[in-house]
Amino acid sequence: MHEHDVLVIGGGGAGLRAAIAAHEEGADVAIVTKLHPVRSHTGAAEGGINAALREGDDWELHAYDTMKGSDYLGDAPAIETLAQDSPEETIQLENWGMPFSREDDGRVSQRPFGGLSFARTTYAGAETGHHMLHTMYEQVVKRGIQVYDEWYVSNLAVTDHDDPADRECHGVVAYDIKTGQVEGFKARNGVILATGGTGQVYDHTTNAVANTGDGAAMAYRAGVPLEDMEFVQFHPTTLPSTGVLISEGVRGEGGILYNSEGERFMFEHGYANNDGELASRDVVSRAELTEVNAGRGVEDEYVYLDMRHLGEERITDRLENILHLARDFEGVNGLEEPMPVKPGQHYEMGGIETDENGETLIDGLYAAGECACVSVHGSNRLGGNALPELIVFGARAGRHAAGADLGEAEITKGKTGEIEEEDGLDTPVEPGAVEASDDVAADGDEDAVADGGAAVVEPDETVRRTIERERTRIERLMEKDDGIQHAELRDELQQSMTENVNVFRNEENLKDALEDIREVREAYQDVYVNDPSRTFNTDLIHTIETRNLIDLAEAITLGALARDEFRGAHWRQEHQERKDDEWLKHTMLSWNDGSPELWYKPVILEGQDKTYEPKERSY
Amino acid sequence: MSTQLPEEDRGRTESAEHEAESSVEQEGASKGDQRRADRDAKRQQSVSGAPADVEGESFRLKVFRYDPEVEGKMEPRFDDFAVPREKGMTVLDALIYARDRYDTTLTFRHSCRQAVCGSDALFINGRQRLGCQTQISDLEEPVRVEPLPHQDVVKDLVVDMEHFYDQMHAVEPFFQPDEESEGDLEEYRQTRENREKIKMSTRCIWCGACMSSCNIAAGDNQYLGPAAINKAYRFAMDEREGENMKEHRMNVMDQEHGVWRCQTQFSCTNVCPKDIPLTEHIQELKREAVKQNLKFW
Ligand SMILES: Cc1cc2nc3c(=O)[nH]c(=O)nc-3n(C[C@H](O)[C@H](O)[C@H](O)COP(=O)(O)OP(=O)(O)OC[C@H]3O[C@@H](n4cnc5c(N)ncnc54)[C@H](O)[C@@H]3O)c2cc1C
Ligand code: SF4
Ligand code: FES
Repeated sequence: MHEHDVLVIGGGGAGLRAAIAAHEEGADVAIVTKLHPVRSHTGAAEGGINAALREGDDWELHAYDTMKGSDYLGDAPAIETLAQDSPEETIQLENWGMPFSREDDGRVSQRPFGGLSFARTTYAGAETGHHMLHTMYEQVVKRGIQVYDEWYVSNLAVTDHDDPADRECHGVVAYDIKTGQVEGFKARNGVILATGGTGQVYDHTTNAVANTGDGAAMAYRAGVPLEDMEFVQFHPTTLPSTGVLISEGVRGEGGILYNSEGERFMFEHGYANNDGELASRDVVSRAELTEVNAGRGVEDEYVYLDMRHLGEERITDRLENILHLARDFEGVNGLEEPMPVKPGQHYEMGGIETDENGETLIDGLYAAGECACVSVHGSNRLGGNALPELIVFGARAGRHAAGADLGEAEITKGKTGEIEEEDGLDTPVEPGAVEASDDVAADGDEDAVADGGAAVVEPDETVRRTIERERTRIERLMEKDDGIQHAELRDELQQSMTENVNVFRNEENLKDALEDIREVREAYQDVYVNDPSRTFNTDLIHTIETRNLIDLAEAITLGALARDEFRGAHWRQEHQERKDDEWLKHTMLSWNDGSPELWYKPVILEGQDKTYEPKERSY
Repeated sequence: MSTQLPEEDRGRTESAEHEAESSVEQEGASKGDQRRADRDAKRQQSVSGAPADVEGESFRLKVFRYDPEVEGKMEPRFDDFAVPREKGMTVLDALIYARDRYDTTLTFRHSCRQAVCGSDALFINGRQRLGCQTQISDLEEPVRVEPLPHQDVVKDLVVDMEHFYDQMHAVEPFFQPDEESEGDLEEYRQTRENREKIKMSTRCIWCGACMSSCNIAAGDNQYLGPAAINKAYRFAMDEREGENMKEHRMNVMDQEHGVWRCQTQFSCTNVCPKDIPLTEHIQELKREAVKQNLKFW
């Protein structure tokens, strides 16, 4: 069994930042990650990092824009923390050598981004994430932080208490992808989940194949609530054939959207008379699809994004990477032709419920980055706000897990205070292939249950039991030699989600999706792993990941079905208004022995010295 | 050599057809059922577009196979897969198709699908390339995919990257300014020109293509190799690091297995998917090293 003070699961932006912070705090920290850190999806981020760095800007403006962008579903303490910490964290990256783009005076450049009242998006060409990821990995190397790369974390070692709020996390179980060896990792102080997004729930996504929401699904099944999962961001400019992202930077620099009739529709059809192409992402995505549905799309599928007028010099200076992407993945020369674009899944606003210190409901378990929901993005994330989230909340989680005192958090976790339950919603059929007792991370050992379910065992024992459980689960998947394969199920799930739980949503589609998800869940009981090898068994990884996708797809769809209003990225055909009286609350989903339980907690609109009043959002 | 024709898939096609028919026939089938039937029909179409039925619309993917653990795979071999041609299809798409449709044991690394994670550098038709960045239409048939040469094969197309990482780590790949920054909100100033100078070198995605293409690296295991030297260049040329550090970096480069091993064959530069002028960078460091040596004479 490996043992460290702090274990960071995931080596993307959030994980690396958390590890560095914990290390600076004096902890013995290790990163366990299924991909080598530099392969993480943070490397794909293009546009930039929002930080109020310049005169004329300040954190309060950033906070205000973010609250408005969230459509008043973000929590003020989280949003204000983001805006306050981001400048220092961003400059910290520069001080670590990150090659930001520069102004004439040698300071880092900033550019305008959608929904921002100030040009505060700090960037490094159109490959900000790549530089951020590599710069932080360099710091990890410098500090000699241990990295277990190509280790797949398959479950959390959590104590067996009936009430999730009493549970404690003592580590994780992971297997070495190269050898198939299943091993335990004990964390003396804390486990930080930084496992990234859930894009693979969808068919057309900007996300990497590895973005399967493993951390969120594991935490959920261990008893931590998922928050606001229905808010899925669809990015308006992805390449139609692959989902590869064309950065918002293109529109930030002055790129224009046209329909097939050559109309600049954002203005000409009145979608956003002030901000046009730079309205927030939900607005632009809907506008594009409305154009396509009205028959003004190109090939009934997409619209054009044109940057030719910016001129070759500016394009190569600031957006060179976009030229490569358009050429390699769509065969289009962005200097000479407009680029075809359409909306694609891009970001999961919801995730593992945490507070400003990265803590979850379960003691010793933290989350940061896209897998988490501190609630800075609410129902719609502004471009350039995810990268600061990684460094701000990654660092906070790292510090806190290492024992630093960050003060009392204002955001509450779990069922405290005013709780509203949602009933009348259909809960799912069987939990899935893995029987509840094997899978729910809280120790469901028969012995433990005989102890009244509250058997408080030594941390080592908790880890050991989880190892046993995972060995059994993996053996079972491998020994079975007939049944259904993950690829078919994943495909089914992704197609249904893309068809039914996309930019435009209605009750009938959402119910169809739920039906499909449950069919897939049932079919998953029959899943088997074809590859008998212990060496680099990607068949096994994808099979376990697929289970996670099923749980998350269900969470997204249930939340979407319950929320009968139109807010941010969540558009409902039958409900064309934001219903503040009823819906200024977060959707919470708890795993209750295999059946999701839905409840709500109020949004915190009260900030440090002011309260954010919900206003009509117009761009 | 075994040829994997989609026999089981044909089986699947038949049953899909069957299902599709029966559910279409069903009177009053629910909307969900109808949708599923449509989808099955669609899937069936794409499957029957497969080579077994229609010659010419597919191409042959020849893939290296090896697994040290599984009987029948311990002897390296090539498998053939027939993959239907689609517009814009990349080598990675084709591999995924082959894996998901024919043989889920087919193993390769991949993640981003957009040339930034660096995990799918492969030897494609005799050249190091990223699978996700290489269009099938640009290649001659059959498309032959092998693991990166000169690296130990773990399984199928997966190679051991440890040595590559070790070399990257050996050059102190982290920023080391001479002085501390002046305050929490103070950046080190960097001119646009200087950023421009290091720009290409900062694009490396650690894919390992260059190292694999280098004859010298193949013969000298200790040679730092193009990627690591490029990483050193990225810092040595960064004006924020200062003179003292630059001297130190030159010393690291100016050693037996450092820059002098390079024989300017340009193979690394030719294969780098990020168009980094690696050979040029190595040459420039050689010149710098000479200058520095002269200084100390
Ligand atoms: C194409 C694209 C462009 C974007 N551009 C911007 C932008 O310009 N500005 C902005 O602010 N945001 C942007 N975003 C959003 C932002 O990049 C992501 O939200 C962010 O990078 C996520 O970082 P992360 O650290 O949470 O996760 P990731 O970087 O995805 O890292 C996840 C890590 O977890 C590991 N992991 C996952 N599961 C397991 C497991 N089971 N076991 C072990 N390890 C595991 C992975 O190996 C990986 O290391 C963009 C996103 C995309 C997709
Ligand atoms: S220098 Fe180019 S070829 Fe070499 S590892 Fe980096 S990106 Fe790959
Ligand atoms: S899949 Fe990431 S570089 Fe090809």
